[in-house]
Amino acid sequence: MPEPINVITSRTITLPQENIDTDQIIPARFLTTTTRSGLGAAAFHDWRYQENGEAISNTPFREEDRASHKILVAGANFGCGSSREHAPWALLDFEFKVVISTKIADIFKGNALKNGLLPVEIDPDTHRYLIENPGMELIVDLANLSVSSPNGGVNANFVVEPFSRRCLLDGVDPMGHLLNQDAKIAAYEARRVTYS
Amino acid sequence: MPLNPIPKTLFQKLWDRHVVVPETAESPAVLFIDLHLIHEVTSPQAFTVMEERGLKVRRPDLTFGTLDHSTPTLPADETGALPYATADAARQVEQLIANCATHGITLFGMDDPRRGIVHVIGPELGLTQPGKTIVCGDSHTSTHGAFGALAFGIGTTEVGHVLATQCVLQRRPKSIRVTFDGALQKGVTAKDMALAMIAKIGADGGQGCAIEFAGEAIRTLSMEGRMTLCNMSIEAGARVGIIAPDETTLTFLRGREFAPKGNAFDAASEDWLSLKTDDGARFDQEVFIDASDIRPMITFGVSPDAAAPVDGTTPDMTAEAEAYMKFKPGRAFAEETVDKVFIGSCTNSRLSDLRAAADIFRGRRVKSGVTALIVPGSEAIRRAAEAEGLHEVFLAAGAQWRLPGCSMCIAMNGDKGDPGELVVSTSNRNFIGRQGAGVRTVLASPATAAAAAIAGHIIDPRPMLEGSS
Repeated sequence: MPEPINVITSRTITLPQENIDTDQIIPARFLTTTTRSGLGAAAFHDWRYQENGEAISNTPFREEDRASHKILVAGANFGCGSSREHAPWALLDFEFKVVISTKIADIFKGNALKNGLLPVEIDPDTHRYLIENPGMELIVDLANLSVSSPNGGVNANFVVEPFSRRCLLDGVDPMGHLLNQDAKIAAYEARRVTYS
Repeated sequence: MPLNPIPKTLFQKLWDRHVVVPETAESPAVLFIDLHLIHEVTSPQAFTVMEERGLKVRRPDLTFGTLDHSTPTLPADETGALPYATADAARQVEQLIANCATHGITLFGMDDPRRGIVHVIGPELGLTQPGKTIVCGDSHTSTHGAFGALAFGIGTTEVGHVLATQCVLQRRPKSIRVTFDGALQKGVTAKDMALAMIAKIGADGGQGCAIEFAGEAIRTLSMEGRMTLCNMSIEAGARVGIIAPDETTLTFLRGREFAPKGNAFDAASEDWLSLKTDDGARFDQEVFIDASDIRPMITFGVSPDAAAPVDGTTPDMTAEAEAYMKFKPGRAFAEETVDKVFIGSCTNSRLSDLRAAADIFRGRRVKSGVTALIVPGSEAIRRAAEAEGLHEVFLAAGAQWRLPGCSMCIAMNGDKGDPGELVVSTSNRNFIGRQGAGVRTVLASPATAAAAAIAGHIIDPRPMLEGSS
């Protein structure tokens, strides 16, 4: 169960590229793990390290920014590709709390919400402004569904699927919600048509 | 006259049949899942949650496991040890074996003649059937939609939900119908249809949607071709790709291990053939593609929508893609030299795919310096191919004939390209680094990939097909 989220105030790291897929977020060779912890080391690994293991110097992910830059702003269709939940696990372990784009891929968005990484889809004009101003401080407010900046330069709204929002704000557990439907599931099973 | 009911799409019919609790403004629908497929990579953390919470698997009878992503495609050594890429990969496989044993789940393990890539064996064993809801912790679960099933990929948290409750929480997605009118030209395949469609609507053109494929070119497509097309739906961002069941579907399923038998099959068939979109049903979006216009396609960039006819030249692309792929806009694709060829994956590893490749390889040799890897989708396909002597065609041409698995599609089992290499691949994703760090991936059909292995460069396969019997 993720920690409840309400307001996140932090700085941005910007990646203007479109179609950043889950193989970029965490390359497949790191998927042989059987736990969900410690994947931050693999987050955007090949954007941070050369093939010989040496750190890339001009990466957007600077170690000294980690504690202060918890909002990732990326180009359209962020998180496309595979269904690996390791992608939000890795980003969260890297200390990201929010991902902002104009469009966030379907399965990634669902996975992110279930783990307390807030996916925020905003309008193209605000998005362009954020991309052009890397490192700016933002206030992401899940209760009010707003993104703003302390100086007032940014003021945008976003939508989060209402059940997921309640889960994140109030700490509602989706597994618990499903387990509570037991009688209805049993009734469905009793009337279900099968052919073999 | 009774009032006509409101016309429904195929997707709506499938959805309505599985609603346990309807969707409201506050909560998603609770949908019952008829078939849950699991594999070693996306399930271990879900089983951990089950154990932490003291939960039992609700329907082990509807849950089936296979080993495919991390498994070696080279045989065991003389001691019987399989050449796993890493100790972690072996441990992951051991963990699924243990989890399935603990929870009473049927696992198609390494020694099982039914083992193979999850999206290949579901249909092959007749587990995949029209009208079912099917989920798996894998985005290419859309493959099973080829049978008129509602099939989609889920994350590991949802794998846990399905293990515990046999249900998922879902909002009903928007719908798109993609109609392929007309007939395909000779030498043009379902893979080319998929790439042409993604190039047209974009890698996010179907974001979160359910795509129904319809039209003359779909009705004449084999089940293998339909699977290839539905498989690639996710590369347009769609959650689901579906095709209405017809006689082709029934013929494919009849007699398969888990398909209904005898009278039960007839009863099922009658129901399954009713699963189609009613006349007048409304889609949120309609797309029309003239199938007769489609030529063999390849990708040239780092997203599957960067696709173009193989007999042409590289179009303009993003600076990032150009820097990575080193393809020059305006230069003929035929000038791009190939290092490796991979024929396999849940997209194109079925018997008809291997036959198409063998038609190119027969009587020819893989170009010196090119490595060609042929990886069947399942043990059953491996046996069938060998019974036809296809493996001898591949080996005689100088290609490698491997054991079933995901292999170079996801490159997590040790099968991969080397930095800078150009790989022509029948898989589904040309993302940066997908087939190994620095590897440049070009997606293509089995015929186009095989032709590239022979020529040593990208090439239109059709002239080679003319030369084959």
